[in-house]
Amino acid sequence: MNRFAYLRPTDIAEAVRAIAADPSARFIAGGTNLLDLMKYEVERPTRLIDITRLPGLDAVEETASGGLRIGALVPNADLAHDPRIAARYPLLASAILAGASPQLRNAASTGGNLLQRTRCYYFYDVGTPCNKRAPGAGCPAIDGVNRIHAILGTSTHCIATHPSDMCVALAALEAKVHVAGPNGERTIAIGDFHRLPEDRPDIDTTLAHDEIIVAVELPAEGFAGHCTYLKLRDRLSYAFALVSVAVGLAMDGDAIGRARIALGGVAHKPWRVPEAEALLQGRPPTEESYAAAADRLLAGARAYRDNGFKIELARRAITRGLAQAASGTPQSQTDKRIR
Amino acid sequence: MPERDAGPATGLPDRMPISLTINGEVRQLDVAPWTSLLDLLRLELGLTGTKKGCDHGQCGACTILLDGRRINACLTLAVMKDGARITTVEGLAAADGGLHPLQAAFVEHDAFQCGYCTPGQLCSAVGLLAEGRARSAEEIREHMSGNLCRCGAYPNIVAAIEQVMQ
Ligand SMILES: Cc1cc2nc3c(=O)[nH]c(=O)nc-3n(C[C@H](O)[C@H](O)[C@H](O)COP(=O)(O)OP(=O)(O)OC[C@H]3O[C@@H](n4cnc5c(N)ncnc54)[C@H](O)[C@@H]3O)c2cc1C
Ligand code: SF4
Ligand code: FES
Ligand code: FES
Repeated sequence: MNRFAYLRPTDIAEAVRAIAADPSARFIAGGTNLLDLMKYEVERPTRLIDITRLPGLDAVEETASGGLRIGALVPNADLAHDPRIAARYPLLASAILAGASPQLRNAASTGGNLLQRTRCYYFYDVGTPCNKRAPGAGCPAIDGVNRIHAILGTSTHCIATHPSDMCVALAALEAKVHVAGPNGERTIAIGDFHRLPEDRPDIDTTLAHDEIIVAVELPAEGFAGHCTYLKLRDRLSYAFALVSVAVGLAMDGDAIGRARIALGGVAHKPWRVPEAEALLQGRPPTEESYAAAADRLLAGARAYRDNGFKIELARRAITRGLAQAASGTPQSQTDKRIR
Repeated sequence: MPERDAGPATGLPDRMPISLTINGEVRQLDVAPWTSLLDLLRLELGLTGTKKGCDHGQCGACTILLDGRRINACLTLAVMKDGARITTVEGLAAADGGLHPLQAAFVEHDAFQCGYCTPGQLCSAVGLLAEGRARSAEEIREHMSGNLCRCGAYPNIVAAIEQVMQ
């Protein structure tokens, strides 16, 4: 790990001034992603700005519109077990509990989870080229070992996936990200927060270098009665998703009223296709309806050398996830048998 | 591990004063900002009970309790924990040397082979009991999934924790 200056600002304005002053400075919260990357020298910040003692970022609060506002420093574990989240947003609680380990979830913050970087093996190995680390160097994953890589939204520059589980649920819930910068606060819809790689895979999100995440806001609708987070991976726990699906349904009698579906492990950002969700509106909860939605969600999916299995895996995960949500039987994150 | 290219000089002091309560004892320490809590415990304080398995959050051997919550000591900086209360495996037994109930249960159930993962398993299990969310053997397995055991002592680890939980 390289040497760096360590700063501990006492308010958000001071933290923003410190990051704005140094393009190679980084904020640190839980440290579970940044320190990992620093040990591999993927990240070599000149300054670490410790934001863990900033006031006002550690609470979950009611909003005027009936939703919840989650401070950026709220630990993943505390968020998943917050009784309001568990009761009103079980989809979010479930996705968080599907990720990492109890120890990591105790340390990891809400803001840090949003900004965690890809687990692409070449990105992690500074001995190989990588457009995300060094723009223009090339992407060895495209013709290389790419079992964990993306099938949707890829570019000729990068085929990495976003590894977060929490963000997949946030995408389905249409959360908003509140950020602060030198010019005040602004709000970014979760769908606009993470980017596709296009020709700039080095830029993961639309957050500027001099901005800090202050909170994540959940709208009132939590799809609590009909939701599921289904995560498929190489072992049952403590592994990143190969494919995951977050589903929230509002039932209208026996038919599907509204549907939200977001996929994880398949793209550079949580993958949503509003047209696929619209296809389900007013349709009966049947395999046929689910297959139509899955086809639309996976339209244009592309298999690289090792990851073609993800297309069929995603299709089955979508179908199973929709069935679980429609019947009100969400996937348990303890008993991982898929029913 | 030898320190590689140290990077640009920071112009700031290489060591910063912090205070930690470790296993009940208040310690005033001077730490380099880039020292992980794990390296501070093992290399600077000689508390080698806490193990380094992967140094990347992937194994749980470095699990300690920070203000009563289990975390991976390898993925946190000591300087960030200024003022915190830390319990390592060395701090689990009573002052008179009597084993912690989990330690006794691990011995009784033969919940280890090489023992390398054991300090992390014990601290993680203390955290699990404090959280109070695991009720069945299946839930213990899930809630202990952040601690790998290459010797595969899992059935006995789960049995030991289950016994103490009851
Ligand atoms: C072994 C292992 C397994 C894992 N498994 C999973 C998994 O299965 N599913 C999953 O979803 N995740 C998994 N994770 C990732 C984990 O969820 C992330 O590391 C964690 O959420 C990051 O949060 P943090 O607070 O520790 O971030 P940090 O490491 O502190 O920061 C990460 C990045 O975010 C920036 N940052 C942090 N907070 C802010 C803020 N408020 N404003 C602006 N920038 C900020 C930092 O500058 C840094 O660039 C795993 C991690 C490990 C090590
Ligand atoms: S897929 Fe993206 S992150 Fe991985 S090597 Fe290619 S450019 Fe780098
Ligand atoms: S040494 Fe910390 S998790 Fe492996
Ligand atoms: S007892 Fe050997 S690794 Fe667990």
